[in-house]
Amino acid sequence: MSVTKRIIPCLDVDNGRVVKGVKFLDIVDAGDPVEVAKRYNDQGADEITFLDITASSSNRKTILKVVEDVASQVFIPLTVGGGISSIEDIRSLLNSGADKITINTAAINNPNLISDASDAVGSQCIVVAIDAKRKVSQSNEIYWEIYTHGGRNATGIDAIDWASNMESRGAGELLVTSMDKDGTKEGFDLELMKTINDKVNIPIIASGGVGTLEDLYDGINIGKADAVLAASIFHFGTYTVREVKEYLLSKGINMRITNE
Amino acid sequence: MDTIAIIDYGMSNLSSVVKATKYVAPNEKVIISSDSNEINNADKIIFPGQGAAKKCMESIYDKNLSKVIKKSSQEKPFLGICMGMQVLMDHSDENSGTECLSIIEGKVEKFKSNKNNKIKIPHMGWNKITKKKDHPIWHKIDEQSYFYFVHSYFIKPYEEDYILGETNHGKDFCSVIAKDNIIAIQGHPEKSSSAGLQFLKNFIGTK
Repeated sequence: MSVTKRIIPCLDVDNGRVVKGVKFLDIVDAGDPVEVAKRYNDQGADEITFLDITASSSNRKTILKVVEDVASQVFIPLTVGGGISSIEDIRSLLNSGADKITINTAAINNPNLISDASDAVGSQCIVVAIDAKRKVSQSNEIYWEIYTHGGRNATGIDAIDWASNMESRGAGELLVTSMDKDGTKEGFDLELMKTINDKVNIPIIASGGVGTLEDLYDGINIGKADAVLAASIFHFGTYTVREVKEYLLSKGINMRITNE
Repeated sequence: MDTIAIIDYGMSNLSSVVKATKYVAPNEKVIISSDSNEINNADKIIFPGQGAAKKCMESIYDKNLSKVIKKSSQEKPFLGICMGMQVLMDHSDENSGTECLSIIEGKVEKFKSNKNNKIKIPHMGWNKITKKKDHPIWHKIDEQSYFYFVHSYFIKPYEEDYILGETNHGKDFCSVIAKDNIIAIQGHPEKSSSAGLQFLKNFIGTK
């Protein structure tokens, strides 16, 4: 056997609390980050990702406290994303107990940040998030363009080239989200996942669009993702992490199942 | 009360190691140190590490820590984690070749991916450690337990008898090793949930 495929619940954190909502509407409190993280750990989550959605930068310190509290009680890898734009941001999160940092817009504004960060703290800490939309070129070929700001701003950057660029700059992992599929519950953009996987040799986390257990299976089996990140199916109690893992294991996917 | 010194040479996810050690050893004194005297006076040593071999060795020399690392690894319970395992060997292929501490005989090589044996590098995620030998460090840990790994290089000890555990990534490699009072692990016990915490607890329980 070899390294297992990972299941990663993603938690939105606003002002120190876990929140859940559908496309940023009807956001409701979903609990204390330590309690929620413990629950997912007990269900067998392989990592936990925190997305800091706190709008005001004056509240950035609260995420450090959240990471500190969770890391003192939950001993699996913790990834933090949202508004991280400098080596100082990265260092203070790592010092608080984060293991990996997800960088999105800041990498597009300054690709050197990825080279500098992987030099400073190691590639294993640096996850580059790629938000991409499917396009058709004039010669009728499919390609994907990188978008920022939740899919509102086009960048003109080709997602596949960008994935390769980020790998060569020292990204340790890529978190790939299809902006066409995000929030639709129609499943991942499998072609996007597979095309990026064929291009790079670092692990890929698939995100955006999970509705059913079969979607997760397809992401791993067809999309060749090394890990899948999902939010709503876990938060709204559709499935527990354990149920997801037992299903994938029954389909022949290598999973870590814990007996806790 | 024992003092457990976690060696700080600016190259690791120190805070995770500190948090997990404090969690499993609430009654011991846990210190973070780059001071040779302090490390020398501690009862048990944890030597973590992440990053690249060359920088790692450079900062060990910059902070004058090589002597105390060699000395304490011979005298008291000593746990190497990840890069803190790799630099115990003689030589690493990383950064066009890096001479290491030569505390355990062997070398460090990079994973290779090819068409017939395609693997992702880094080896990142949860993988099984298969026990190769009985040892107190395995107390209450299953025959094949999952640990969290993240690394691109692996150790090849010359003495097979030192190998306590193996893991498969493209091929089997040595993931846990013991020599005298030294134990070292390629995975991250501080990030490996209950199996990892048990591993740390077992190390802290050793005399």
